Amino acid sequence: MKISVVKNILEANDRIAQENRAIFDENNLMVINLMSSPGAGKTSLLEKTIDSLKNDLKIGVIEGDVQSSKDAERIAQKEIPVVQINTGGACHLDGNMIRDTFKEFNFEDLDLLVVENVGNLVCPAEFKVGEDFKAMILSVPEGDDKPSKYPLMFHESKLLLINKIDLIPYLDCSIENIKKEALKVNPHLTIFEISCKSGEGLDAWYNWLKEAVKARKSI
Amino acid sequence: MHEMSIAQSLIDIITEEMLKHEASSLKSVRLHVGQMSGIVPDALSFGFEVLTSDTKLAGAELIIEVIPLTGRCLDCKREFDIEDYAFECPHCGSPNIKTISGQDLSIQEIDVD
Repeated sequence: MKISVVKNILEANDRIAQENRAIFDENNLMVINLMSSPGAGKTSLLEKTIDSLKNDLKIGVIEGDVQSSKDAERIAQKEIPVVQINTGGACHLDGNMIRDTFKEFNFEDLDLLVVENVGNLVCPAEFKVGEDFKAMILSVPEGDDKPSKYPLMFHESKLLLINKIDLIPYLDCSIENIKKEALKVNPHLTIFEISCKSGEGLDAWYNWLKEAVKARKSI
Repeated sequence: MHEMSIAQSLIDIITEEMLKHEASSLKSVRLHVGQMSGIVPDALSFGFEVLTSDTKLAGAELIIEVIPLTGRCLDCKREFDIEDYAFECPHCGSPNIKTISGQDLSIQEIDVD
């Protein structure tokens, strides 16, 4: 017996993400889903951003890793609310894992929640967690061919931060090529060129972020 | 390798439908997997096989139809295949494109006894 069942397979996750989103909205909270390969600089970017904006924005962080609480310990040193999720093998965070952290936060006291996803250039792009938007980091040692090799994440992201640009003199990687390839899969990407090591380009990112949170609050 | 969790979601949906229709075994499942869904069909089949062994879903065939990536230009209104993941209208060059298909990940039909 054939039964027609036309259903989105990710429907259960999408529904939970939507419920999460409703809670974030009630609290006027901007949520960013931050993705990249392992080692591209997600936690370093967060450390720098928290240091620079601690007088402007109240930031909370959810750290996603397969194992260990190393990243949460780094963020906790900044004395802001942080929760570590260990997926125990799963390559991405999903809506349910994010929902489980809610009891650890007081969302009314936050302006911005950053969800640092598991380092992976493929799977996290597929799962919504209730975010306002996805942002991704590509570090230049990874090479300028990544947007064409991993189009989905570049397509799904609103922001691309090209990190470690201080290393460019030592690499066969062209920032122009990264931008060209990334804009091909997503012509609407906003792109920042940064170095968390030297600090180059970070001011533009901080200003963008402050404005984005302000705009979100006034909706 | 998120195909494992996708396979689990798929099994949840199928199990619910089989309960609803009082079905006792699963012969096959038809799926649409978009070209840009980020899913590797073989990995999904493998995950499904592993997770269903020793259940009443065991041995079912996954029939996966890969759906090509297509879009509609919001400026010149024409529809086209999105070649090489280039999100630019091949007719007028506009970057304002709506994806019509190719990101789907859906179950279509199950065949049960």
